Amino acid sequence: MPLRAYLLLAAVVFALGLYGVLTRRNGVGILLGIELMLNAVNINLVAFSRFHGDVAGMLFALFTIAITVAEVAVGLAIIIVIFRVRKTIEADHLDLLRG
Amino acid sequence: MRIGSPALALLVLALPFASFVLIALVRPLRRAGRAAGFVSIGCMAAALAASFAVWTRGMIVDGGHNPSRTWGWLPGDGGPMATVGVMVDGLSMMMLMLVTLVSLLVQLYSLDYLHDEPPPSLGRYYAYHSLFAFSMLGLVLSPGFLQMFMFWELVGLCSYLLIGFWYDKPSAARAAVKAFWITKLGDLGFVAGIVMLWVQTGTFDFFELFQMANSGAPAAAGFSVIMFLIYLGAVGKSAQFPLHVWLPDAMEGPTPVSALIHAATMVTAGVFMVTRAFPLFALVPDLLTLIAYVGAFTALLAATMACVESDIKRVLAYSTVSQLGFMMAAAGAGVPEASFRHLIAHGVFKALLFLGAGVVIHLVHTNDMWRMGGLFRRFPWVGAPFLIATLALAGVWPLPGFFTKEAILAGVLAEGLTVPFAMLALGAFLTAFYMARAVFLVFFGHPHAAAAHDDHGHPVPFLMDAVCRALAVLTVALGLSHALSAHHDAAPGWLPWFSLALAFGGIALAWAVYQRRAVDPARLSAALGPLDFMARRRYGLDALYAGVYRGLLLGFSRLVGWIDRYLVDGLLNVFSAWTLRAGDAARMVQTGQPQDYVYGVTVGVLVLMICAQWLWQ
Repeated sequence: MPLRAYLLLAAVVFALGLYGVLTRRNGVGILLGIELMLNAVNINLVAFSRFHGDVAGMLFALFTIAITVAEVAVGLAIIIVIFRVRKTIEADHLDLLRG
Repeated sequence: MRIGSPALALLVLALPFASFVLIALVRPLRRAGRAAGFVSIGCMAAALAASFAVWTRGMIVDGGHNPSRTWGWLPGDGGPMATVGVMVDGLSMMMLMLVTLVSLLVQLYSLDYLHDEPPPSLGRYYAYHSLFAFSMLGLVLSPGFLQMFMFWELVGLCSYLLIGFWYDKPSAARAAVKAFWITKLGDLGFVAGIVMLWVQTGTFDFFELFQMANSGAPAAAGFSVIMFLIYLGAVGKSAQFPLHVWLPDAMEGPTPVSALIHAATMVTAGVFMVTRAFPLFALVPDLLTLIAYVGAFTALLAATMACVESDIKRVLAYSTVSQLGFMMAAAGAGVPEASFRHLIAHGVFKALLFLGAGVVIHLVHTNDMWRMGGLFRRFPWVGAPFLIATLALAGVWPLPGFFTKEAILAGVLAEGLTVPFAMLALGAFLTAFYMARAVFLVFFGHPHAAAAHDDHGHPVPFLMDAVCRALAVLTVALGLSHALSAHHDAAPGWLPWFSLALAFGGIALAWAVYQRRAVDPARLSAALGPLDFMARRRYGLDALYAGVYRGLLLGFSRLVGWIDRYLVDGLLNVFSAWTLRAGDAARMVQTGQPQDYVYGVTVGVLVLMICAQWLWQ
C-alpha cells in the first residue's frame, strides 16, 4: 500500500478525534478524542519511518505512546477530582474561567 | 577725580566672599554659630580696613581717565561681548566704606542681638550676611550694567533670605516672598532696559557709555524708553511709589537685618544705580522730571504713613521709603551728588536708628510704641544715640541730615521743580514730626505699665550698646565734617533757615501733641479725617496689590483648573472609557468553555497552515 493510504487513515483518525474533542461534552469523551488524535500522529510517525527506512520515527512513536499513557492517567485523575468537587464532568458546566 | 587700586578693591570683594564660602561649606563651622560669626566679622573688619586703604591710597587723575579695570568675559566677534571687573572711582570708594562699615557694625550687633538663636541658624545668618556684603560690594564696584545686574539680583536674593530668616514664622515667609516678587517686578524692566541698551550701543561698560553720552551719541529714538526701563529697576529696589509696599513688610526679619537693608545694602542699590548711570539719565530730561516727581511723591506719601504707624520698626521703614524719595528726587533734579551724600549720611544714621530700635525692642519685648515710654530716664545711653540719629534724620544743624537735605531742597528748587519742592518740604516737616513722635512716645512720657516691670536686671548687651555709640559718634563726626567743609551750592540764603524751621516745626508739633498733650492726638487725626483714614490703610495700595495679585492668580488658577479638569482629564477619561469598553468587548472571547478554546486553537492552526501554504508558493 502506498504511503498516501496511511496518511489518509491518520488524517481521518485525527479529524475524528478532533471532532470528538470539540463536540463531546463529557470530560472522559474529550480525553478519548485526544487519544485518537495522538494515535493518528503515531500512525504518521510509523508510516514515515517505514517508508524512509529510519527507525527514529518508530522510537518517537514509542515515546508518544508512553507519554499518552501518562497523559491519560493525569487527565483521568483530574476528571475524578473535578467530579468530586463539582459533582459533574460536563464541560459546559465547567466555566469558572469565563471573562 | 579720584581712583583707587583695583587689586585692593578686589581684596575688599574677596574677603566677604571667602567668609561666605567658608561658613557655607565647612559644616562644623556653620553649626558652631558664634565661631561663624567671628569668621564673618573678622573678614568684614579686614574688608573695612582694605576699603579705607583703597580710599587713602587713591590717586587723583584727570577726568578722561578710565577708572575701571576689566577683564574679558563673554567672547564675541571683535572683542569681548561683556566684561567683568572693578570700577574704583570716588563713588564706589565711598560706597565700599559705607557698606563694609555698616555690615561690620551690624554683624557685631547681631552677635548679641541673636544671642538666643540656636547655633546652626546663627551660622546660617552669618553666611547670608557675608554673601549680602559680597553682593553689595560687587554691585558698587561693577564697571558695567551686566555685572551690576547680576550682583543686583544677588542682593535681592540675600534680602529675601534674610527677611525670611525666621522662615517658620508665616508672616516672615510671606514678607520675604513679597519683597522678592515686588523687586522682581522692577527688575524685569531693568533687565529689558539693559539688553535694549546693549542692542543699541553694543556695550555694557559704564565708561564707554559715558563717553558716548558725552558725545551725545545714544540719544536716538527709543533711548528714553530704555532709560525708563532701567529706572524701573531702581523703583523696585529703592522702594519708590508704587513699588514701595515691600519695604515695610521687610520688618519681619531680625532688626539688624532691617538696619542692613535700610542703611547700606539693598535699598541704596537703586539710588546708587541712578547716581552711577546719571550721565545716561541726564540725556533724557523728561525722565529726570518724572524721577523727581515720583521721588517727591514717595517722600510725602511714606511720611504720612509713618505718622500713623504704631510699630516702631514700621515707622523707621516708612521713614526709609520717604528718605529714598528725597534721594531720588535729588537725582531727578540733576544733583546726584546731593542724592549720594544723603545716601551716605542716611546710611549711617538710619543704621543707628534701627539698631537703637533693636535695643529698645530687646528691652521692652514689644514693637508697639504706645506700650513703651519713659525709657530715657532708665537707659540714657540707649536714648542718647537714638536722639542724635533722630535729630540727624529730622535735619537739625549740625547733624548730617541738615546739610544733605538742604542740598537736595536747593537742587530741586534750582531746577525750578516747585511742586516736588513743596512735597519735599512737607515731607521734611512730617519727617521731623514722626521721628519726634517716636522719640516722645518711646523715651519720654510716662513709663508704660507693660514696659516698666520686666526689664530690671536686663542690662543692654555690651556689643549692642557699643555699636550704637560708635554710630552716634560717626553721625556727629559726619555732620561736623559737612559743617566744616561748607560747600554752599547755589542755594538761596533763606533755605537753611527754612529747612531748620521745618525740622523744629515738626518737632514742636510732636512735642505739643505727644509730650505736653496740649492737643489730643485723636482730635488731630479727626481733623485730618480722610487723610488719616487713608494713611492708616496705607492708601489702599497693599490691598490693591493683594487684590490684583489674588485676582490674577485666582483667575489664572481657575483657568488652569478648568483646563486640567475638562481638557486634560477629559481626554484621559475618554481614552480610559474607550479602553474599558474595548476590554468589555474583548472579555466575551473568554467563555471559560475549554472546547471554545480548542476551537480557537484549531482555527488558528488552520489559518496558519493556509497562510504557510499560500506564502510557500
